[in-house]
Amino acid sequence: MIPAGACPRINRLFRFQWEPAQQAHVLLYPEGMVKLNQSAGEILKRCDGTRDLPAIVADLEASFNATGLTADVEAFLAMAEEQNWIDWTEA
Amino acid sequence: MDTLLVPPEALQPTARRPGPLWLLAEVTYRCPLHCAFCYNPVDFAAAGPELSTDDWLSVIRQARAMGAAQFGISGGEPLLRDDIEALVAEARRLGFYTNLITSGVGLTEARLAALKEAGLDHIQLSFQDATREANDLITNTRTFDLKRKVAALTKAAGYPTVINCVLHRSNIDHLDRIIEMAAEIGAEYLELANTQYHGWAFLNREALMPSAAQLAQAEAVTERWRQKLGKKMRILFVTPDYQSKKPKKCMNGWGEVFLSVTPDGLALPCHTARMLPGLDFPDVREHALDWIWHDSPLFNRFRGTAWLPDTCQTCEDKDKDHGGCRCQAYMLTGNPDATDPVCPKSPDHALIETALATAERQHNSHPLIFRDPKASKRLERAF
Repeated sequence: MIPAGACPRINRLFRFQWEPAQQAHVLLYPEGMVKLNQSAGEILKRCDGTRDLPAIVADLEASFNATGLTADVEAFLAMAEEQNWIDWTEA
Repeated sequence: MDTLLVPPEALQPTARRPGPLWLLAEVTYRCPLHCAFCYNPVDFAAAGPELSTDDWLSVIRQARAMGAAQFGISGGEPLLRDDIEALVAEARRLGFYTNLITSGVGLTEARLAALKEAGLDHIQLSFQDATREANDLITNTRTFDLKRKVAALTKAAGYPTVINCVLHRSNIDHLDRIIEMAAEIGAEYLELANTQYHGWAFLNREALMPSAAQLAQAEAVTERWRQKLGKKMRILFVTPDYQSKKPKKCMNGWGEVFLSVTPDGLALPCHTARMLPGLDFPDVREHALDWIWHDSPLFNRFRGTAWLPDTCQTCEDKDKDHGGCRCQAYMLTGNPDATDPVCPKSPDHALIETALATAERQHNSHPLIFRDPKASKRLERAF
């Protein structure tokens, strides 16, 4: 369960950046790299430790003219936390 | 109006293979340690003078422009050079993820602060064992206490703590204590690398190779700690080629993702390729990195699978392993084009069976030959 008001942020063990050569967002970590697809990149771009889940979903829905993204974003963030890519600020 | 005779896609520049993702700068062969399992060439003392700072900066800029994202500084002991901070700063400014691969010797508080300031992302610290006696024996130095101190410093500086330990016959039975030590230090990653028999390690193979029982025990110990620690510390256990009987797709494919530069400026597709015979190793001071990667005979020599011997051409795994390690094939058979003998389908696989049988029989009677410049000059051999 995600505590209400908690905000996801990139785990300090990873660096998130745009790679022009890959035309993709990537996560860099000791001696490795994860190449992200577009939706993963767009979600992680918003994981800056200041926005909670509803704020991230609202921003994505506005940017991509979509609705009903909550379940997808939540599922992605659960996976991202399992992979240690993100952690959550205190609520 | 002229008819467009050439289809528009033909006007696009030819799609080229991607550039390297990994640039490894082996900035020096000098090292305060004398590890008997070092993969550096045995004849390192005969290498030419080291590249200058400007040479390295040029290599870093070219590799980043080609799309490389990971930059590693290794050696020898890279901290013996005083320009590491400058190389890290430039690499970081260009967007590289920067890795320092070190024994920790020379990593003072002042230097650590300067590297942090330069933007260093990660330090991989090598340990050789979990006790002072065993660590100091295999390295032929007194460095254990220093390493513990350095680990605490890097942790306090906020770096991800990555510990590397090479496993061999004399330390593999201490694995439980080694993992416990890494957990005490608070490491996020622990890399347990079974010795790969290149360079000095090949020279010392009889003394270093563990028995099958030792290896099975080590795997069980690792699994137990993985269950216990979960996500807190990731443990990577690199299986030894000889025992796994599975040839590895060396460096994820020759000339596919990895580019290494030796202290004296030779560009290589893997750490140890300079031992291979009959090849012209391009010098980064004479050739552009782009030409070296895409067009040099060296980087195309074992690229892809077209060059593979018959044994591999008919094998369903050829795209997975590309016939295994070229250096291993050469060291064991004298032919760099041969199927890696670790593969059970190799006509030379008996060489591996013999080495494994020797490891079962022997009783730690082989003396170690330590890596140092004197021995390097005396031995006059690549491995």
